[in-house]
Amino acid sequence: MLKAEIYIKLKTTLSDPQGLTVKRALESLGYKGLADVRIGKLVIIKLKFNDKKRAQSQINGMCKSLLANPVIEDFDYKIEAKPSIIKE
Amino acid sequence: MKFGVIIFPGSNCDRDCFYVIKDILKQRVAYIWHKDIYLKGFDCVILPGGFSYGDYLRSGAIARFSPLMNSLASFAKKGGTVIGICNGFQILLEAGLLPGVMLRNRMLNFICKYVYIKTENAQTRFTNICKQGGILRMPIAHNQGNYYIDAAGLRALRENNQILFRYCSACGEISERFNPNGALDNIAGIVNKKGNVLGIMPHPERSSEKELGSSDGYLIFKSIAECLKNK
Repeated sequence: MLKAEIYIKLKTTLSDPQGLTVKRALESLGYKGLADVRIGKLVIIKLKFNDKKRAQSQINGMCKSLLANPVIEDFDYKIEAKPSIIKE
Repeated sequence: MKFGVIIFPGSNCDRDCFYVIKDILKQRVAYIWHKDIYLKGFDCVILPGGFSYGDYLRSGAIARFSPLMNSLASFAKKGGTVIGICNGFQILLEAGLLPGVMLRNRMLNFICKYVYIKTENAQTRFTNICKQGGILRMPIAHNQGNYYIDAAGLRALRENNQILFRYCSACGEISERFNPNGALDNIAGIVNKKGNVLGIMPHPERSSEKELGSSDGYLIFKSIAECLKNK
């Protein structure tokens, strides 16, 4: 079994109003020294097979076709083996 | 002349659109379920507003994979008239039938209010009975109406006269002050290069009768009907 963690982030050239709002909120709580806050998405996908190459090409395809919008978002992912004994 | 209104799971302006076409425009209209595969006998297809698939992931991102969308793409390619309103606009963007993308509103809040938009191009099948530069009053109701496109894309939109509507003041002044959601260049509605697919954030179907506060939206439906009549 494989587990893929996919991070989807707004491109750095775009302003992120959500991140800005959270930054202000954190500052109002007294946290100092924040340079920037940006918010993205984390998608976790578990795969029923162990072939990492196959997983990579599938995840790539998923990101390009549905999970991220290439006009405004960048994506990044890591794929790791997941011990199948652990029940979640 | 026959209109079709697509229903996606989560559409909620489908009945308003149906009502305006049937009872105000007095034209034939039918609902089209998003799982249908064939789009036959329609002259104009409307993608209504709402929250298709709960707006999960990104607005319109999942609806664009509805079975009907392939037929819609070929319908549009053949020159069929398509209009996407609000969430319908977002779906057309995600499907690549219109260029650009919607970001979250600049101030992050859901905005539901009347706005003014300026008719920037009255030479299209969606605006032919509007006045060039005419100001229309219509409501918006959205969370992601902050239109964005890269610099090259914006240049192309301008060069091809694809920007149909821009947010403005009651007197037609276009500036950041009268930009409700942060949309690039105050863009409220665009057409594709060919001019047969319209995406518009304000709701013409909610402003087609004086009793509802404005009948300016009716001009868009009437324009389409006039254009189809003369075809």
